[in-house]
Amino acid sequence: MAILRNKLRSFSAARYVGLAGFIVFAACLSYGQTTNSCLDCHSALPDPLGVSQEKFSQDIHAQKGLTCASCHGGDPTSDDPDKAMSRKAGWKGKIDRKQIPQLCGTCHSDPAYIRQFNPSLRTDQLGQYRTSVHGKRFAAGDTKVAVCTDCHSVHDLRAPSDPRSTVNPVNVANTCARCHSDASYMKGYSIPTDQFAKYSTSMHHEALAVRGDLSAPTCTTCHGNHGAAPPGVDKVQNVCSNCHTFQAQMYEKSSHKKAFEAASLPECVVCHSNHGIRHPTDAMLGTGPDAVCMRCHTPGDACDQARAGLQNALSQLDAAIKSADRVLGVAESSGMEVSEARLGQDQARDSLTKARVTIHSFRTDLVDQDIQAGMKIAAKNLQAGKEAMIERNHRRFGLGISLIAIGMVLAGLWLYIKKIES
Amino acid sequence: MSVRNWLDERFGWDDLIAPLRKKTVPLHKLSYWYFLGGITLFLFVIQVLTGILLLLYYRPGANEAFESVQYIMTRVRFGWLIRSIHSWSANLMIFTAFAHMFSVLFLKAYRKPRELTWVSGVILLFLVMGFGFSGYLLPWNTLAFFATKVGTEITGQVPAIGKPLMIFLRGGEEVTGATLTRFFGFHVAVLPGLATVLILLHLLLVQRLGISIPPQLEMKWTANPSAKREMKFLPNFLLRELMAWYVALGVLGALAAVFPWNLGIKADPFVSAPAGIKPEWYFLFMFQTLKLIPPKVWFIDGEIVGVLAFGLIGLLWLLLPFFESDQPSHMKRWITGLSVFALAYVVGMSVYGYLAK
Repeated sequence: MAILRNKLRSFSAARYVGLAGFIVFAACLSYGQTTNSCLDCHSALPDPLGVSQEKFSQDIHAQKGLTCASCHGGDPTSDDPDKAMSRKAGWKGKIDRKQIPQLCGTCHSDPAYIRQFNPSLRTDQLGQYRTSVHGKRFAAGDTKVAVCTDCHSVHDLRAPSDPRSTVNPVNVANTCARCHSDASYMKGYSIPTDQFAKYSTSMHHEALAVRGDLSAPTCTTCHGNHGAAPPGVDKVQNVCSNCHTFQAQMYEKSSHKKAFEAASLPECVVCHSNHGIRHPTDAMLGTGPDAVCMRCHTPGDACDQARAGLQNALSQLDAAIKSADRVLGVAESSGMEVSEARLGQDQARDSLTKARVTIHSFRTDLVDQDIQAGMKIAAKNLQAGKEAMIERNHRRFGLGISLIAIGMVLAGLWLYIKKIES
Repeated sequence: MSVRNWLDERFGWDDLIAPLRKKTVPLHKLSYWYFLGGITLFLFVIQVLTGILLLLYYRPGANEAFESVQYIMTRVRFGWLIRSIHSWSANLMIFTAFAHMFSVLFLKAYRKPRELTWVSGVILLFLVMGFGFSGYLLPWNTLAFFATKVGTEITGQVPAIGKPLMIFLRGGEEVTGATLTRFFGFHVAVLPGLATVLILLHLLLVQRLGISIPPQLEMKWTANPSAKREMKFLPNFLLRELMAWYVALGVLGALAAVFPWNLGIKADPFVSAPAGIKPEWYFLFMFQTLKLIPPKVWFIDGEIVGVLAFGLIGLLWLLLPFFESDQPSHMKRWITGLSVFALAYVVGMSVYGYLAK
């Protein structure tokens, strides 16, 4: 007990630490000699000092063979807390927040060291971080901004490919939102806190979170991750074009490119917005509540007329495809084999999609080429559907004739049977 | 000189058909059940004829099968009709074969001396189901692919011989183009060969032993021979059978024209199985039973128990006539009870399997 009292005295800087120390020591005594005494004790401690064996075993670092001492120093082979957590053994204690990027960077900026665990893992995270808004502010002394552990978690840090990871594509937006949607936390940064709310209503979020399309964009896709920063008004088009290549190519050659540049307008964002991007519809070309052209253009001018022509052309092709779909659907439900025409409908839909992409050139002649190609295919498929219906009617007519013939034979047989049996 | 005389001079035609002329069919209120065997035979002939026509265009192979059936359905003149009749008559044939079996069961037509007629008939029913199972895969569509996968997996559950049997059926570990080629071989060569021999044997036995009379009627007619009523097989019964065939033809034509057999979507081994996949209706009662058996029965795997139970029941079913009494007056009641239960079970489980999600 004297030893125990001595041990307790050394842990009595604060009451809760004393209590924690007692639990640690009791746990140490009961577990005896192990190779990682840190977890033997800390697994029995309450938060914030507690790290369970189960939690730490999920950590990618633990799985790669690293231990508590890899970051915190000390001697995990010693059962004696004094020796295990002695400065002499290199024990650093709780890592100061100001030291976190540099500590992580010790390994993650060392290509030779990282290569032995994962040759394809990048080692420029720290460099990137220093170029980010987070990194710059951090360097300037703002410790509220995100450091490595804020996004990646700590002690149960998982590989980004793990669906439970805080930086898995599906979870990234929630991770960013922890700070960026907290109005009180973001007070003083003069940036909005509604990005996540808007993003949650966007088609990008729907694709990622609802449809599970991991290629769909999340915060880091546009802003970068370690080098996170707003793309800047003049770079928005570059960000969007990473995925929307064809739209960007069309826009690049369009008259709007120069006009938007001259007016310092943020290109794609002008019509499509940024975080709350909705599924684009043909109504964007109209004059109703979802219309975007008429926000800038004057009713009746040449551009308004072109807009009306484009919307009309898209509507026509859309109607032609739906009409062919309807006839083919009836033919199919009648048992007719129209799979080729059904496949052709996909081509017509591709033409419609292509025309909608070509809209970004804002040239009626180019859009019209796609529309005409689609109209031709839709007309062919409609004809195939009509022919299938004619064929169906022929079959039913043939069946009627056959049934009459069979009925007559049956009647003849019956009369013959009656005759021979009479 | 008539054709009949010409044939008679050379082959003794009149002597050949003399047994048919002497043959009679008992006439009573249940006589119409006698048509079912003939209708099943008619549908089998339709199967053979339409099958031969389909063979002109069908190409077995994972890369060609679906496309060749699609070609038959869309490009070949009346190809849609031939394929639809082939598919519909296959289903109708299985239905009439089942109906024929149960009619034989309830009319007690399987008892002495017709035990072998029953045995050959039950084996023919198994062969007909084999035709259905093997033919279902041939269009190589998604449903057929996964139904075959599930079906052959169940075969693999049979202890000792299951795994080698499954590999033999599949032509490997998985359902692939090799399985399709094998099933094609079974469908157009092995099964038709076996079925033809058994049908001939079945008909020979029917011809040799005559048509059975229900036990109670048999006792009545034995006690009072003057009450016996019969119909000549040729031409009276055959003409009526012909009428039944015409009705079957009309039904087939109507089904084919109004509900052409669907082709489905080409099989893709790399996509996941569609949700709620089920086998064809004639396997549903077995499939649903296997689904209801718990994963473990005592210490044995539930599926193995199910497969073994069905194997044992099939064998006992085949030997059923040998448990029956020889005397019409002492028919075993438990066999009648079992027959009612079997019919109720097959129908009930099929409906349950159809409705179950």
